[in-house]
Amino acid sequence: MRALQMRNVCFTYEGSEKPALSGIDLDVEQGEFVTLLGRNGSGKSTICMLANGLIPHAIPGKLDGRTEVFGLSIVDHSVASLSTMVGIVFQEPESQLFCMSVEEEVAFGPENLAVPKEEIAERVEWALSLVGMKGSNSRSPATLSGGEKQRVAIAAALSMRPSMLILDEPAYALDPAGRVDMYSMLRSLKDKLGMAVLLAERDAEDAAEFSNRIVLMDQGRVLRNGPPREVLSDPDLLERIGLEPTQLGELSSLLGERLSGRSFSFLTVEEAEAAIVREVLSGKDGVRR
Amino acid sequence: MIPRPVTDRGERIISTRDIKFTYENGPEALRGINLDIRSGEYVALVGGNGSGKTTLAKHMNGLLRPSSGSVEVMGKPTHDRTVAELSKVVGYAFQNPDHQLFCSTVDDELAFGPRNLGSSPEDVARRVEYAIDTMDLRSIRGEPPLSLSLGDRRKVSIASVIAMDPKVLILDEPTMGLDAAQSRDLMGTVRKLNDDGHTIILITHEMKLVAEHVDRVIVMANGRTMLDADAKGAFTDLTILGLSKLVPPPVSKLAHRLAERGVSKDILSPEELVFELMRLRGGP
Repeated sequence: MRALQMRNVCFTYEGSEKPALSGIDLDVEQGEFVTLLGRNGSGKSTICMLANGLIPHAIPGKLDGRTEVFGLSIVDHSVASLSTMVGIVFQEPESQLFCMSVEEEVAFGPENLAVPKEEIAERVEWALSLVGMKGSNSRSPATLSGGEKQRVAIAAALSMRPSMLILDEPAYALDPAGRVDMYSMLRSLKDKLGMAVLLAERDAEDAAEFSNRIVLMDQGRVLRNGPPREVLSDPDLLERIGLEPTQLGELSSLLGERLSGRSFSFLTVEEAEAAIVREVLSGKDGVRR
Repeated sequence: MIPRPVTDRGERIISTRDIKFTYENGPEALRGINLDIRSGEYVALVGGNGSGKTTLAKHMNGLLRPSSGSVEVMGKPTHDRTVAELSKVVGYAFQNPDHQLFCSTVDDELAFGPRNLGSSPEDVARRVEYAIDTMDLRSIRGEPPLSLSLGDRRKVSIASVIAMDPKVLILDEPTMGLDAAQSRDLMGTVRKLNDDGHTIILITHEMKLVAEHVDRVIVMANGRTMLDADAKGAFTDLTILGLSKLVPPPVSKLAHRLAERGVSKDILSPEELVFELMRLRGGP
């Protein structure tokens, strides 16, 4: 079943004149990892909040078009009923952590659903081990590092056993090593759970490698929607819409310009190394003009 | 008065001598820092969260005082000088601009500091105009600062520091939360400030920013300086960057992997790498 389906969705926040989303068509399939890429104000967060019903139920505005989560219209279902299907994690973990211990935090959602005690305990252990926080049950969230807080927020979303996880710039406040850890964790989550993941990001560098699709957004519209290799291969377009082209995308396009008749689209450093050794440097005989 | 000639580049403007600092009930945040910052330099202070970079920077304008060791600004020790006095030489723009914005218009915000220093109304007006021009705020000068976008709030907070006409500008993670276009715009302005003779100390963990903009990089980890080098030098030792929780940009990683094929390890941008690869192929 399709995790998310948006058809011709338009949304304007109450009090604003400019639409935040205009004519969005977007699908996320079960098991797919989709990255929304765009600058501040491009509409990424608005899509995230629509997909779990915060819009329109908690955040008012003018909504048109149809948004369905696992076949259910978000307009006809409450945030609470959607929350068993869709987990959401925001930029700042502080905004969603409020309990005295990590365990209470992760148990909070299922407790509210009146899940039996034993099953809650199981879910807490399962979720904490998935995010690499096993054994931190009794720690106070306030004593955790930024990266650890974000992991707890993700565990709290996972303990609801959602079928889709939405992450709105989860690595925003993390240092580079923290970003790398966060993204390798998301990659392993993707592999282990096979759930649908919708990620909003401004920086494509980290998610490019393991996203199934990148949806490029600008001013409330979808500009491109396709595999990372394809979407990121146009550094000029990324720059035009206020994004930083990936270095490997830029390198691919520059190399293609210099070596006529060839085109490159590197996604990983390893891939670029192999291609450069094979096609640019070694056996120069083979590539003689 | 404000743009300074490039010729006064070079004199020592901030020196730290073996400074150590421990937060109350906390770990030792600085463990003996010896540094000279020279006039006109564009320096990046880089390191992971908790490496001590912000703690060190706060010593440079007296916001924090060392537990031991000493800090000199313009050749004079700072221990008996107030933050207000030091702020005329060393300005500090905080990571979160909202911590320093509180007036009802951008103009008022920029006038606040110089007015408090007792500048004449003409002088205050001149400083405000300079800050408005430099940070390109003319179109929003009548707006309430807190109603502006994050990118504009950052610019206003930096402008309010510039209005104090400091020689040194400390920018704490100025691009955090900005997207690439806002970030390019802001970094262009900072470049201009440096060209005008301001000494810039940029606190960041964005290595791409460092590769593109700065002259000198000081890498910190665990309250110590791990490396003090020019921008290229900083990327030749990936082990130190790794220990410091920093991540080299992909092109820099790629250059290291290609080093045994003759590619130089100090490559910072895709353009440089392509140039290097073409050189190794022999010919254009």
